Amino acid sequence: MSNEREIVTLVELRGVAKRYGPQWALVEVDLRCGRAESIALLGPNGAGKSTLLRILAGVTRPTRGRILWGGQEVALASASWGRKRIGFVGHRSFLYTSLSVRENLMLYASLYGLANPAQRVAELLGRFGLSFVQDRAVSHLSRGLEQRAALARALLHDPELLLLDEPFTGLDVEACAALMELLREERARGVSVVLATHDFQVAEALCERVVILVGGKFEHDGPLPASVESVYQAVVAARRQALA
Amino acid sequence: MIPLLRKEFLIEWRAREALATALLTGLLLLVVLSFAFDPTSPLRREAAPGAFWVTVVFSGVLAIGRSFVADRENDCLQGLLLAPLDRGTIFLAKVFAQTAFLLAAQLLLVPLFIVFFDLPLSAHLLPWLLALVLVGVGLSAAGILLAAIAVQTRAKEILLPLLLVPLAVPLLLAGLRVSQRAFAGKPLGEAVAWLHLAVGFDVIVLVVGWLLFEYVVED
Repeated sequence: MSNEREIVTLVELRGVAKRYGPQWALVEVDLRCGRAESIALLGPNGAGKSTLLRILAGVTRPTRGRILWGGQEVALASASWGRKRIGFVGHRSFLYTSLSVRENLMLYASLYGLANPAQRVAELLGRFGLSFVQDRAVSHLSRGLEQRAALARALLHDPELLLLDEPFTGLDVEACAALMELLREERARGVSVVLATHDFQVAEALCERVVILVGGKFEHDGPLPASVESVYQAVVAARRQALA
Repeated sequence: MIPLLRKEFLIEWRAREALATALLTGLLLLVVLSFAFDPTSPLRREAAPGAFWVTVVFSGVLAIGRSFVADRENDCLQGLLLAPLDRGTIFLAKVFAQTAFLLAAQLLLVPLFIVFFDLPLSAHLLPWLLALVLVGVGLSAAGILLAAIAVQTRAKEILLPLLLVPLAVPLLLAGLRVSQRAFAGKPLGEAVAWLHLAVGFDVIVLVVGWLLFEYVVED
């Protein structure tokens, strides 16, 4: 196909497995994420989506397997340079509730070693429409504003890869649309995205590739189909039938 | 380190969680313990060092138990772990902040303690305060490491004192021996060895905590 572009690998998981006690959360997973690529990670609850994102983010150590950044292997202990390239947004915002939005962003900007944290924070507050609540404690924000602040926190250091773990959980329609618009802007800027979600419409709107994870294994990995939901239902049904 | 310390102090300034817990528990224990002894009995002065360190330990354990409350809300600890910094730095910042809160609470309690237990002003305050600082550092360092473990369990409220109090016994003995001599108005003498023990304990728990914190907080 003429519209297929060459994808340069940004991060790669090879044979990654994770066990919690006797339970395997991930079983021998291989994943390659290219620069400016966006991947939707789908799967039922407990499929291992969050574990996969946490391993990519360098906060969970895999039981087995390797993580490669730009072809170079990274050990968790020395993963701080890898963490500089990642932004992570979960369903929790990682923001201290008794601190204001600005104080939270300044804290994280300092931890990421930004050269001019105040300027970067002011820029993001403006871009994300948070200036009017910058001095408000996070505990006094609506869920939508808090999640917008969480995205601002994740983008403070201009990451190359954005990991999103069900970021739309608990948001109303308006807040969802606002967050979606901000994520589209990041996509347009060339940021790679791995999005774990249960929402097929969100996956269709934001991603170009779909990975379906069931019971810690990849059951499907391919370009965005015409209907994500029908592919998902077929894959999950086939997996359940195989287990029955 | 400085942004983390600033965060700890700012949160404490707004919530006054650690200071209020340590201060109120300490005050309560001091009052109860002072009632336990006849005001005219010489036993009161003899029991003073024990009463003081019981107060320090129990108020300290309760305050340390609250040290991860703000970090657990909104999964903020995960946010810190995502940042490209040595995770031991998070441990050291928490220890320094916790030590400051504990010492601030104890220093407010010291004058009350002198009054309640009728201690002579000739008591050697300096070695006593030095022991207080050393015990504060060691108790905070061991406490923060154990609180990071306990916070991930269901029995977090009970697990921390169960692990921390036995571990802190050498520190308590050091504090006790130094203050026995200090309250009696005697020079430190052989009690210097106990101060050395407390310094050794502090160095060990600080280094071990700094090295192990990464493994304690990860899945």
